[in-house]
Amino acid sequence: MSTTEIDRQWTTRLRRRAAGKLPPEKLLPDTQPTYVASWIYVFGVATLSSLIVVIATGCVLALRGPYWWHGSPYGHFVNSLHLWSVELFFFAMVVHLWGKFFMAAWRGGRSLTWMTGVVTFLASIGAGFTGYVAQTNFDSQWISTQAKDGINSGGVGAYFNPLDLGQMLMWHIVLLPIAAVVLTGLHVLLVRIKGVVPPFDESAEAAQ
Amino acid sequence: MSTKRFRPDVDAPEYKGGYSPYDIIKEGTIAIGVIFLLTLLLAILFGSPDEHAITIKTWSNAAPIDFATTATSELNGTSTTGGYGAPYNNASDGPALGPIHVAHLIGVRIPINTVKDFVIDPLKSLPNQPVLDQNLAMWASASTSTRSTWIANYTKASANMKFTDGHVVVNATDAGPVPVMVDSLTQMARSGALDQALVTGSGFYTTDFTKPLLFVSDGTYLADLATKQHLSGDQWGMMNETGSYPGQAWLWLYSFWYQIPPFNTSGNADILILGIMLLLSVGLLLLPFIPGLRSIPRRTRVYRIIWREHYQNLK
Ligand code: HEM
Repeated sequence: MSTTEIDRQWTTRLRRRAAGKLPPEKLLPDTQPTYVASWIYVFGVATLSSLIVVIATGCVLALRGPYWWHGSPYGHFVNSLHLWSVELFFFAMVVHLWGKFFMAAWRGGRSLTWMTGVVTFLASIGAGFTGYVAQTNFDSQWISTQAKDGINSGGVGAYFNPLDLGQMLMWHIVLLPIAAVVLTGLHVLLVRIKGVVPPFDESAEAAQ
Repeated sequence: MSTKRFRPDVDAPEYKGGYSPYDIIKEGTIAIGVIFLLTLLLAILFGSPDEHAITIKTWSNAAPIDFATTATSELNGTSTTGGYGAPYNNASDGPALGPIHVAHLIGVRIPINTVKDFVIDPLKSLPNQPVLDQNLAMWASASTSTRSTWIANYTKASANMKFTDGHVVVNATDAGPVPVMVDSLTQMARSGALDQALVTGSGFYTTDFTKPLLFVSDGTYLADLATKQHLSGDQWGMMNETGSYPGQAWLWLYSFWYQIPPFNTSGNADILILGIMLLLSVGLLLLPFIPGLRSIPRRTRVYRIIWREHYQNLK
C-alpha cells in the first residue's frame, strides 16, 4: 500500500480535517482569554448542566412507563426533579441567549453557533410542550385541547396531533431529545472550534 | 490590517490581550453538581402539580345537563368539533391568513364525524338494549331530511332540558329516536362505558385520545375547571399549569398576542399569531445577517457591563 493511497482514504482525510479544526488543546483548553472572566459565561455552562439533569431525571421516569409517577410518591418526586431541572434549563438558556445577543457573539464567523443555538431553543420549546401534553393528567388534557387550535390553524395538526398521546410521547422521549442533544453537541463544538468571541474594540471604532 | 473593510457587527477584532488558566472539566463538573443540588432543593420545596385527568364519566356525573347538551350539539353540528373544519371535517374553511385557509388546503386528515363517531357508533356498541336498538334502527332507515327535522325539534325543546331520576328529560315532539339516543348516551357516559368506546375506536391497542379529548373539550365542564385554575386563554392560557407553578413561561410571547387587539377578538387569531411567531423565529435565527438589528448590541453598549473588567483593564 502506498502512502498516497492512505492519504486518499476517507478515514485519513476525515481524521486530518477534524484534527486540524479541533486539535485536543482547542477541544479541552487549559486557558481562556482574560475577558472570559464574566458571570455571563456561567449561563452557557448552566444550560448544558441542566440539560444533563433533565435527561437523567427523564430517564428515571422512563424506567417504569408513563403512568407510574401518578401512583408512586417516589415517582412523583422524580417528576418534580424533572420539572424543576426543565425550569432551570429554560431560565439559564434564556439568560444565555440574551447575553450572547448583547455580546453580538455571532461576530467573527460565529453565525452558525448562533443559529444552532436558536434551533436548539426552538427544539427545546417543542420538547417542553410535548412533555406537558404527555403527562397524562388534567394539565395535558387542557394544554393539548387548547394548543390544537394554534397547531391546526397552520395545517401542522394534520401531521402533528397533540391529542394523540402515543405520538406526543414518542416526540418527547425520542425525537426531540435526540435533536436537542445533537444540536447542543454541534453548538458546543462550534464554540470550541471558533473560540470565545472577543469584546468590541472601541479604540478601533473611534479611529474609523 | 487587511484591505477589506472591518464591519464591527459582523467581524471580530483580533484579541491581543492575555490568557488566564481555566479548568474547563472542573468547572463543568461543579456546574452539574450545583444545578443538581438546586433542582433537588426546588423539588423538595415546591414539588410538582398532578391534577387527575377528568373522564367522561366524572364529567357526566358532575354535570349531566352539560354532557347531554354537548351530546345534542354533536348531533346538530353546533359543537366546536362539529363546525371545526380541517383537519377533522369539512364543516368550515377554518381560520385564514388573508385569502388562504392553510389547514383547509391540507384537508381532512383526522376525519371526525361527530354524529357517527361520538353518538351512533358508541351507542351501537352497547349490548342487550332492545329499546335503544329499535331507535337506532329507526335512525338508520330515516332519510337525511327526516333526521334533520328530528334533531332540530329536539334541539329547540332541549332549552328546557332536565335531569330527573337519572334520566335526561326533554319534552320534544316529532323528535324520532333522538330523545332515547341522547338519554342512552348519557347513561353510557355515566357508567364509564363511553370513555372506553371512544378510545378503543381504533382497535385493541391504542394511544390515541383524539376523540375523547375533542368530545370533552366541546362541553363547558373542562373549561370551567380550567378557568378555576386560572388556565383559560384570556388568563394567559396554556403557558400556565395547575397550581402556582411557572409552567411554560417561555411561551409568554406566544400567549401575549392572544391578550391584545385585534387578536383577542379575531376569528383568525390562531393562524395570525402562528404566522407572527414563525416570522419572529426566523428573524431570531437570521439576526446575525439583518442590518440594523445586529447593530443593537454595539449601540446599546450593554456589553460594557458584561466585559466590565476587560474595559477597566484596558484603561
Ligand atoms: C440547549 C441549549 C444551549 C446550550 C446547552 C448552550 C451551551 C453553550 C455553551 C456551553 C457555550 C460556551 C460558553 C459560553 O459562551 O457561554 C455556548 C456559547 C454560545 N451560545 Fe449557546 N447554548 C444553548 C443555546 C443557545 C441559544 C438559544 C443561543 C442564541 C440564540 C446560543 C448562542 C450562543 C453563542 C452565539 C455562543 C458563542 C459565544 C461566544 O463565542 O462567546 N446558545 N453555548
